[in-house]
Amino acid sequence: MHPALSIVFFTTASGAGYGLLVLIAWAALMGHHAPQTHFGITGLVIGLGLVGAGLLSSLGHLGHPERAWRALTQWRSSWLSREGVMAILTFVPAFAFAGFWILGGRIAPLAAWLTILGAVLTTICTAMIYASLKPIRAWRNPWTVPIYLVLALYSGALLAALLLNVHGLHGPFVAFLVAATGIVGAVLKLGYWAFLDGGQAVSTPETATGLGSIGKVTMLDPPNTEENYLLKEMGYRVARKHAARLRSIALLLGFVVPVALSVLALYVAPVAATLFALMAAVSGAIGILAERWLFFAEAKHTVTLYYGASRA
Amino acid sequence: MTDLPKTAGAKKLGLVIDLDICVGCHACAVNCKEWNDGGHMAPLTDLNPYGKGVDGVWFNRVHSFEAGDHECGRTVHFPRSCLHCETPDCVTVCPTGASYKREEDGIVLVNGDTCIGCKLCSWACPYGAREYDEIDGVMKKCTLCIDRIYNETMEEIDRIPACVSTCPVGARHFGDLGDPESKVSTLVAERGGFDLMSEMGYRPVNKYLPPRAPMKQSAPALAPSEEVAAKGFLAWLDRMLSR
Repeated sequence: MHPALSIVFFTTASGAGYGLLVLIAWAALMGHHAPQTHFGITGLVIGLGLVGAGLLSSLGHLGHPERAWRALTQWRSSWLSREGVMAILTFVPAFAFAGFWILGGRIAPLAAWLTILGAVLTTICTAMIYASLKPIRAWRNPWTVPIYLVLALYSGALLAALLLNVHGLHGPFVAFLVAATGIVGAVLKLGYWAFLDGGQAVSTPETATGLGSIGKVTMLDPPNTEENYLLKEMGYRVARKHAARLRSIALLLGFVVPVALSVLALYVAPVAATLFALMAAVSGAIGILAERWLFFAEAKHTVTLYYGASRA
Repeated sequence: MTDLPKTAGAKKLGLVIDLDICVGCHACAVNCKEWNDGGHMAPLTDLNPYGKGVDGVWFNRVHSFEAGDHECGRTVHFPRSCLHCETPDCVTVCPTGASYKREEDGIVLVNGDTCIGCKLCSWACPYGAREYDEIDGVMKKCTLCIDRIYNETMEEIDRIPACVSTCPVGARHFGDLGDPESKVSTLVAERGGFDLMSEMGYRPVNKYLPPRAPMKQSAPALAPSEEVAAKGFLAWLDRMLSR
């Protein structure tokens, strides 16, 4: 599948934003952070900003962004519509929570809980857009939703660790969270890649053409000599060696380096710890962008079976 | 509404494509393009039509495959277009309601005035039936020539999809596949018509008829002619050529 940058940025940025919002709301509920701290204020602004930027970026993918409001109408059947509705609904408690926290100087527990719930549900909806598509084996599998959820929390934790360090708040808890979610995330990705490499779609050129009873089916002539929309959008191919290299980059920069730096940051001076947290967040962002790019680029669609692919 | 019709109508208009007869001439694809460029979903935009890297929207594309090996193997020409499925995900994934299935005849259509061009329906279609129009910014697809089949200003004989009307060998049939007595349903029953990728569970309305089994060769293969010893000049020629 064609890895549209607007979508890659949207899913990663809004995921990180929701992860950060969840952590701030949760920390407030647990009494870890009093209202009106600088950490909380910057965190809420960055979290909401990332979510908003991601949603705006997703509009860039549309042929008619001015009609985007129509996408809120079909929530009964469409995960994309549900995602739009949930994203907007989540802004209500998130703004309420942020307003009470920043302006009112107090924690609104209901708004905090609803922010967490909304963030989780929106991320599930985002993942389900992909996990519900039957023609794409790389997406329609049990790995997709957990990976979106864990990576959202993980990237939120990386941002939270950076913000805490910047505001002079050093502590083992967030480092522990980064390590835990990072390790779970890496394990899920390794499992997902093993799943991707270890099997193939039920559909074959034989089922796609219905000619399997005659024998093996191979393409003789494509319908057109040039590329078309189907091939550009659904027939995107990434070279195997590039995919392998990008997987290593995603694993190393996305998980290994940030987790190591976050743990090391506990044992060094505050300035160095802040620098480590910054490096961890930047490295994690690059790695997760590579991971998300691959999520699209490695996904094969059954329409390619009509264009000479022997498996999808 | 992107929910599928609650009560599926009895009528299921669709195509039956005979893979035994199709000669791969692409006339159906060309006439489809010709008609629909001015039809319900018009225009079928072309990008860079006279230069390198020509690209454009087509509702119907003709592939050619080889199936099987040796004496059982054969070339099969394979027109591919929207199958107007009974339970198509291209309709239910649409976030705006622009993609819909008609209750009265089962035709799947896109409302170009409300489509936001998110492309999700094209991802949800296993068959590649939908193509995005980069100029219009909306998704386009086969309409089963809805502007021909109900067109009372046309002669009744012409009220069939453009692809069917133009097929020079009669490999394409149009009719009501919801009616078991209809000509197309009979054809499907007689010839063992099948669904494409039935494992997807989309329940296509369009059916394909398989290529017939090759006829048994009744005459024995030609035996090598008996060697007759050449004489004279011919013997000399034979020796010379055999060197």
